[in-house]
Amino acid sequence: MSGRQSRPGASTSFPGSNGVRMNRHAILETKDIKVRYSGLAVLHGVSVSLEPSETVCVLGSNGAGKSTLLRAIMGAQRVFDGQILFMGREIHRLRTEQIVRLGIIYVPEEKMLFTPLSVEENLLLGAYVLNDKKEIQDSLDFVYNLFPALKARRGQAASTLSGGEQQMVAIGRGLMSRPKVLMLDEPSLGLAPLLVDEVLGTVRELKRQGIPIFLVEQNVREALDLADRGYILQTGRIVAHGTGKELLESDMFRTAFLGI
Amino acid sequence: MDILVSSLAAGLLIGMVLALVALGLTIIFGVMDIVNFAHGEFLMVGMYTGLLTAQSLRIDPLLTLPFAAIVGFVLGVICYVGFVKFLLRGPMVAQLLGTFGLMLFLRNLALLIFGSEDRALHHGLLVGKSFDIGMGVIIPATKLAAAGLSVAAFWAVWILMNRTKIGKALTATALNSQGARYMGIPTERMNALAWGIGGASVTIAGALIVNFWSVNPFIGLLFTMIAFAIVALGGFGSVPGAFFAGLVVGIITEIPGIWDFFTYTFNIRWMANVPMTSFKYMWVYLAYFIIMVVRPRGLFGWKR
Repeated sequence: MSGRQSRPGASTSFPGSNGVRMNRHAILETKDIKVRYSGLAVLHGVSVSLEPSETVCVLGSNGAGKSTLLRAIMGAQRVFDGQILFMGREIHRLRTEQIVRLGIIYVPEEKMLFTPLSVEENLLLGAYVLNDKKEIQDSLDFVYNLFPALKARRGQAASTLSGGEQQMVAIGRGLMSRPKVLMLDEPSLGLAPLLVDEVLGTVRELKRQGIPIFLVEQNVREALDLADRGYILQTGRIVAHGTGKELLESDMFRTAFLGI
Repeated sequence: MDILVSSLAAGLLIGMVLALVALGLTIIFGVMDIVNFAHGEFLMVGMYTGLLTAQSLRIDPLLTLPFAAIVGFVLGVICYVGFVKFLLRGPMVAQLLGTFGLMLFLRNLALLIFGSEDRALHHGLLVGKSFDIGMGVIIPATKLAAAGLSVAAFWAVWILMNRTKIGKALTATALNSQGARYMGIPTERMNALAWGIGGASVTIAGALIVNFWSVNPFIGLLFTMIAFAIVALGGFGSVPGAFFAGLVVGIITEIPGIWDFFTYTFNIRWMANVPMTSFKYMWVYLAYFIIMVVRPRGLFGWKR
């Protein structure tokens, strides 16, 4: 690490990387990580990377290991072998809450809202790692601006919201701490088509604002259309990698998703 | 009439103290779904702490509360970090048997140190004093003070849980610990804190109770069982539930007095022949039983 130079380009495009010496362009990367569930290998050496301001999607069928990959990055799943680097720093031995403090936010597929609490209480808990009141209020304004529907329901218990609104709370709560990397796990799962468009529209908006996003999606075409790059994960291995267009035209994509 | 009023007053007063006894149990359950069978033993530790600091420092028993709170907090944290943390990895039954073992350990440790005889406070600002509030109703000053200070302690914990950032983090940990970790909340520390707060609140209750109740190493189980009944009635994990259920259970413990009221007011002969005071706690456990069958969620539901 010591011999390498930080790249000025990275720090201008992405404020979070100021003053941190980066090994390379990637803000987040996994290097050949292996994960096992009770002795059974789930990820057999997965390497993915995310560059500043980039949106990268991870595609794959059920059980391919997409959520496991994100959970491993979050420290919620023990990494058996390999390395996870965040802004050049090893993070795979840190606890989840330490990783969150570094600036990686994971919005899980199950949403994990604090359902009896109000929308606003949920959002404020998302800002747990922030201490500055002004900053927290700004985050809250930002989220309410992004999801005006939530502002109207701010005092309502999260359990009383519709599935789409709950997903907005989950994403909004994730944004409250001003993440340096946002990881979204199937944000459109279980939503009506109209809401799927709305949620993915939000992801597009966040992308436009320059937040690096790791996206796991089941709406393959929309995800590839939205993302800069994509990986295809099949039974714990990356089998294809490239831009959205490349993947859509690849043989791997056809066999994995179209069954041709 | 005076029997009825004094029974109800006594029931409410002891109910406020019992609510504080149950508070720690409901917080610990709420945050990590673990039932602490050693809860009454924590109370016993609080009673001994109050008694011994009052005697050795020659201070009024009411001034021993800060000592009791510190001892309870430290004991709770040590129990969590050194023992309970490991139980959480095991199956549910390991947690039940684990805290049961903790109960036996603390009880026998107390027996080793203090011996089995009853000890009581004989000196103190309020010990032996009482108020006559009219209609022949006499309230011991110690119980009045214990009730008032219990409510104050309860209120302080409630404020901590509901109005502070750390309290919100505890609530989040209680509701969804994995979700809380994804918010950056150090849930392990929150668990330890829950044990600290739970321990401190129950040892404060113990230091208050020792003003009018003698202590021995076996006193814990009685309070564990009463606290269970209160927590079941109020709803496991519910803080306001613990308060109201505490008052209800306090009044239930005064059923013998209420019974006497009916016996003598209406001069019912057969009622006079029932040795009601011997069944004082039976009513509490009967109520516990009925609640578990009729409304297992308790009055306020689980966790809130």
